[in-house]
Amino acid sequence: MATIISDVKRPVERSNLLKWLRQNLFNSWYNSLLTLAALWVLIRVAPPLVSWLLAANWAPVLTSPALYFVGQYPAAELWRPAIGVVFISLLFGLSWGVWRGPLRTFALASMAGYAVIALLPVSLDTLGLTGRLFFAANILVVILGLAASRTPLGKARWVILLGLLAFGTFILLVRGFPGSELLPQIQTTRWGGLMLNLLVAAVGIVASFPLGVLLALGRRSNLPVVKLFSTLFIELVRGVPLITILFLGSLLLPLFLPENVRIDRVIRAIIGITMFSAAYMAENVRGGLQAIPLGQYDAAKAIGLSGPLTTILIILPQALRLVIPTIVGQFIALFKDTTLLIIVGINEILGIGKSLVLGNPTWITAQIEVYLFIAFVFWIFTFAMSHSSRRLEKALGVGER
Amino acid sequence: MTTTNGSDPIIICRDVHKWFDDFHVLRGIDLAVDTGEVVVIFGPSGSGKSTFIRTINRLEEHQKGEIIVDGIELSHDIRNIEAIRREVGMVFQQFNLFPHLTALQNVTLGPIWVRRWPKQRAEEVARELLERVGIPEQAEKHPAQLSGGQQQRVAIARALAMQPKIMLFDEPTSALDPEMIKEVLDVMQELAESGMTMLVVSHEMGFARAAANRLVFFVEGVIVEKGTPEQIFNNPQEERTKLFLSQILQH
Repeated sequence: MATIISDVKRPVERSNLLKWLRQNLFNSWYNSLLTLAALWVLIRVAPPLVSWLLAANWAPVLTSPALYFVGQYPAAELWRPAIGVVFISLLFGLSWGVWRGPLRTFALASMAGYAVIALLPVSLDTLGLTGRLFFAANILVVILGLAASRTPLGKARWVILLGLLAFGTFILLVRGFPGSELLPQIQTTRWGGLMLNLLVAAVGIVASFPLGVLLALGRRSNLPVVKLFSTLFIELVRGVPLITILFLGSLLLPLFLPENVRIDRVIRAIIGITMFSAAYMAENVRGGLQAIPLGQYDAAKAIGLSGPLTTILIILPQALRLVIPTIVGQFIALFKDTTLLIIVGINEILGIGKSLVLGNPTWITAQIEVYLFIAFVFWIFTFAMSHSSRRLEKALGVGER
Repeated sequence: MTTTNGSDPIIICRDVHKWFDDFHVLRGIDLAVDTGEVVVIFGPSGSGKSTFIRTINRLEEHQKGEIIVDGIELSHDIRNIEAIRREVGMVFQQFNLFPHLTALQNVTLGPIWVRRWPKQRAEEVARELLERVGIPEQAEKHPAQLSGGQQQRVAIARALAMQPKIMLFDEPTSALDPEMIKEVLDVMQELAESGMTMLVVSHEMGFARAAANRLVFFVEGVIVEKGTPEQIFNNPQEERTKLFLSQILQH
């Protein structure tokens, strides 16, 4: 008798440890060899590494962790950057509610981070009770933001607008105003630490993105002057190391400006980094633009769309989606490049670490610990960036259309 | 120019020439199309038929002669070109849907951004059109989730949403699997019966026989023969037409 086809079940594949090992670690003689070699290296390296980590001198990190994050910012005014942290928590909560997937991880990770800081062992405590309570309260702020996303405020455009507003407010708040009682001006020479890295990177990213898109469009423009300028700018800036641009900005630019015009050195650094990043952004975006089939232009023309509308509605959304991975990679590089500000004497996190080590003879042997700590801090941020980029790609269906 | 119904033709082409660099693609095309007429253009590949219908909404520029569409002469004036493109819908061989938008958004884009309709009205009209082309239930899907036939029908709806006076079809079924060709041709035939002026580049001779008022045979950038389907199929005058028809009608 013939079997009824719908009754045939797909055979169940059993998975067990042995099978997994064979498939993944020992599926051929050279893989087995590699596995054994890797195991040997692990056994030789891991135990000494762990014992070194435990015995290491973490004093330069633990004595004043706040220094790494806010630098020489006056302790009495620390409530101002703290408000920035509250902004970020609130935005995390809101974005979690609005965009779901990609940003939920961010929000959850930040909550976990706050919890860890709030519950630090007493022996490591440099925060005091107020600090602990502040970070614990931020967990609630994230949840508050999530709740707020259920209200009419929970629309993508409001959250973006709020983000930009909060960003501007934060900068004004941290800088203060000359002659103000409540918010005395804090010179940028006293800004420092990771706050400065994040600030420079954030402004650089927010400013270089539209600038780069404009340059990319300019380079493909039919207008000869626009095209020439864009191409010249891109090729000149890309042909020069970032350090040179930073040096030019910090040393040469003031010589050309009139006596009474003083541009703040942090702003000069931001301009340099933005220009540099915009040139690279332009080339990345151009790659995306070139990948759009000509038929898309035909179709847009055929329904009567004008050139600018075609670019905004049809071409850019597709081109930018194609280059998300490259763009995020570039933003990560920009964030890490902010450590180069150390060279023009700006007290970003690496500069703080260096001066801590060099300024204290008992810590001079603990350089590795300091730099490891800084590397770890950067890794957390860049990992979060690349993780969210991958989630974003998934959400937008990049590479599967 | 001769007309079949006495009114002015909606498309007039006089001695249209076009070159791609040194290659002379269109070599003096004369053609007048009346309102409501369905003209099917056929001919061997490389004969310039696609290039020709692309000159009518100026996706290709002609270098000599004149093209007058709905009383407006095609010139370098961008306002003229955009005015004509609003009145002329086009359907492409490769569909050219916007992959980042849903079917509905593909259809509403033109009305909202070019015609400046309120979104709600544009969506109502778009849903009616998707209904008309037989895929109302696919409105929220992206092009990649649709079959070729469905994509081409969305493309037809997208062109119709601009309420054009003329529809151009550039080999609309050439990229489709055989079982999907009919669903697209059915939509086109319904459109032809509704009185739309249509210029169709196609080798679907069944469609030509059923829906066309006139057939135009292109070879090497020249119109070799034109006439009603009766004349062309039953009594072709030119040897080249006979040969070509025998080649494509054999099976």
